[in-house]
Amino acid sequence: MCLSVPSKVVEIQAGEMATVETMGVRRQVSLALMPETVELGDYVLIHVGFAMNKIDEADALQSLALYQEMIALMDAPHASN
Amino acid sequence: MRQTEDHALALQQLYEGFRDPKTLQALAEQITERAQYLSRPLRIMEACGGHTHTVMKYGLKSLLPELIEFIHGPGCPVCIMPKERIDQAIALAQMENTILLTLGDMIRVPGSKTSLAKVSAQGHDVRALYTPMDAIQIAQQHPDKQVVFFAIGFETTTPMTAVVLQQAQQLGLTNLFFHINHVLVPPAVSALLEDDDCRIEALIGPSHVSVIAGAKIYQPLVDSYGLPIVVSGFEPVDVMQSLLMIVEQVLANQPRLQIQYSRAVNWEGNVKAQQLMEQFLQPRATFRWRGLGDIPFSALQLRPEFAQWDAEQVFAHHLSNEALDDHKMCICGDILRGIAQPKDCAVFGRGCDPQRPLGSCMVSSEGACHAYYRYANVPKIPGRSQGAVK
Amino acid sequence: MSQGNISLSHGGGGVETQQLIQTLFYRYFDNDLLKQAEDAAVFETSGALAFTTDSFTVTPLFFKGGDIGKLAVAGTVNDLAMMAAQPLYLSCAFMIEEGLPWKTLERLVQSMAQELKKTGAKVVCGDTKVVPKGAVDQVFINTSGIGQLALPTQTAPTAHGLQAGDVIIVSQDIGRHGAVILAERETLQLQTPIESDCTSVWPAVEALLDAGVPLHALRDATRGGVAAVLNEWAQASAVSIDVQEAQVPISESVQGICELLGFEAYDFANEGTFVLSVPASAASDALAILHQFDFCENAAVIGEVLEFQPGLVILSSAWGAQRVLELPQGELLPRIC
Repeated sequence: MCLSVPSKVVEIQAGEMATVETMGVRRQVSLALMPETVELGDYVLIHVGFAMNKIDEADALQSLALYQEMIALMDAPHASN
Repeated sequence: MRQTEDHALALQQLYEGFRDPKTLQALAEQITERAQYLSRPLRIMEACGGHTHTVMKYGLKSLLPELIEFIHGPGCPVCIMPKERIDQAIALAQMENTILLTLGDMIRVPGSKTSLAKVSAQGHDVRALYTPMDAIQIAQQHPDKQVVFFAIGFETTTPMTAVVLQQAQQLGLTNLFFHINHVLVPPAVSALLEDDDCRIEALIGPSHVSVIAGAKIYQPLVDSYGLPIVVSGFEPVDVMQSLLMIVEQVLANQPRLQIQYSRAVNWEGNVKAQQLMEQFLQPRATFRWRGLGDIPFSALQLRPEFAQWDAEQVFAHHLSNEALDDHKMCICGDILRGIAQPKDCAVFGRGCDPQRPLGSCMVSSEGACHAYYRYANVPKIPGRSQGAVK
Repeated sequence: MSQGNISLSHGGGGVETQQLIQTLFYRYFDNDLLKQAEDAAVFETSGALAFTTDSFTVTPLFFKGGDIGKLAVAGTVNDLAMMAAQPLYLSCAFMIEEGLPWKTLERLVQSMAQELKKTGAKVVCGDTKVVPKGAVDQVFINTSGIGQLALPTQTAPTAHGLQAGDVIIVSQDIGRHGAVILAERETLQLQTPIESDCTSVWPAVEALLDAGVPLHALRDATRGGVAAVLNEWAQASAVSIDVQEAQVPISESVQGICELLGFEAYDFANEGTFVLSVPASAASDALAILHQFDFCENAAVIGEVLEFQPGLVILSSAWGAQRVLELPQGELLPRIC
């Protein structure tokens, strides 16, 4: 359930609307549910034409870094072969 | 505008980074390593169609030890819709001068006699929306018509309906009506856990529900049932990491609520969205879930002050509430409760398939049967190693 | 010179019809056979012929990368090319909704003439009907085509021609046409840089034939996309096809539409991207030839043909997980959830 897609805010319009972009595809979404101000360049999660929240970029980077560590650990024993 | 250089994170990474094959392999190895200490098979429910979709589409089962078993729960708002309510949508569509609007798969799901798709083919105006916001425009463009929005979805989709109603109110629209079928996840999971046959030992928590309602909604389930719960993102890496976290919880025998999807989910959720929901909607005393029966306080309806927009009241004389049973061969109910698997169903693939679905588990692409039909039971190609990263 | 809109009288067979034919069709489809203006075009050929027909009803009429006219030409000449037949002659029938702007029709006919140049095929006969408002959606076009087989019929590509050990090649990144049409649906209001892949592919097929590349099967992946072609082939040839997902070329924006709406690029139509089954030994030659054409610059090997379970098409992920690639069914409805 809940097909929600991370997108980047590329334009903000009056009336609580914004244009977001995902992999080159742009669409209009409503900001009516956003609890905080949205800025250009923010990453937001989109569901049925509405932005629901902002994605915590620092957290995402931390997760990705953690995964890199896991991969390094996994590869390490083999490297010595 | 923040330029790309301001971002340490590229948007692409939010997709690729969480689908990375090597990361999947690393997580698979860790899960396999840790799972060997499990004393018996671990039955994990994923109550969200999106999670079913990820597990199946990415073939995650082939990466996991056999001790990890999945139960596919009622995480599909179309799948749990009882037939009588589907019939209500059809009845509304068949009213004169009416445009019936809804989202996605609702168009295809069969009621007791027909479906919205079929009545549309007969000439009634039925439209699948990509966003509920379009309902406003359509109502404005057709002031001579009754426009009914058949609203479906869990907590994730509910605040959008509230926004649309708010707009309708502000614009003074008198030809737009709402038939509310929004349902809530925790009461449904709770009802499953209360069932004596229930064998769920852990839960991958629907997370976009928590984006709106907060992870806090799952705490009572941990407290009451000692159920390990991890709120998981939807990419394959998210699901695999959540499985690892669940295995660790089970091994430590310390069930708690954890958030794997921390880049999008926090304890509180979207308070503004919650307030909007509160403003326009209230819990129903009870709601019938297909296959699960009546569950108290598991669904929402419009508050009485919005009666003039409430299709269930305005068109009550067109609508029947008589409970309708499923096709006698259909075991969607057992599948939704996690008691049976699609392959246990006598008609799975033999009379019930995505082209001719007998029950909603097969109609909706989020349904367990549909997902199994598309993705499971692939014959193994001889000479290919499974789970090997190329 | 006529301006304004097409009216019922333009289809009536009288003066207005003649004017229409002269100022649009004869002018842009300029060739001797057509201008003979007989009841039928007469010509001689030798050897086996291929004959095909297709009708085109796409909306919007004009989309990024093409229009219904270009499509009507490319679609039919491509059907011929997929039989390894050189496109020679086309018929062209228009069904026009009364009120269609003259300029619109002119643009479409110009576009068709432009597309015909890519293969040298000629429109040698045609028909025009104008129907009352609402009877058709702006304009429908039917084209039928005749082509000359470049190979003896025994060695022509066929859906029954796949052999275990063949590789599957796609001539370009997949799903563009379907994605464009979807994106341009008014209800969606998506803006994308995607352009339809609509184009005539005969020049590439001709080059493959000239180089002697054995073409066991050839098909443009139109309605139903790559998924439909591979399933039809697996059935017809009683083989299995194993597709390596990581090797399938999909452009970023097509992927974007798929993400946004929950679709898969395998199900989207293509109008200039085709699929080939060739012996493994011929794969690198085939790719080298395809890469010479800008409409095939992303050609890639995506899988192989196996003797396994007849009719089964499998998608293998980068980590070895497998799933079945099924025929798409029903109208493509996006996942909302």
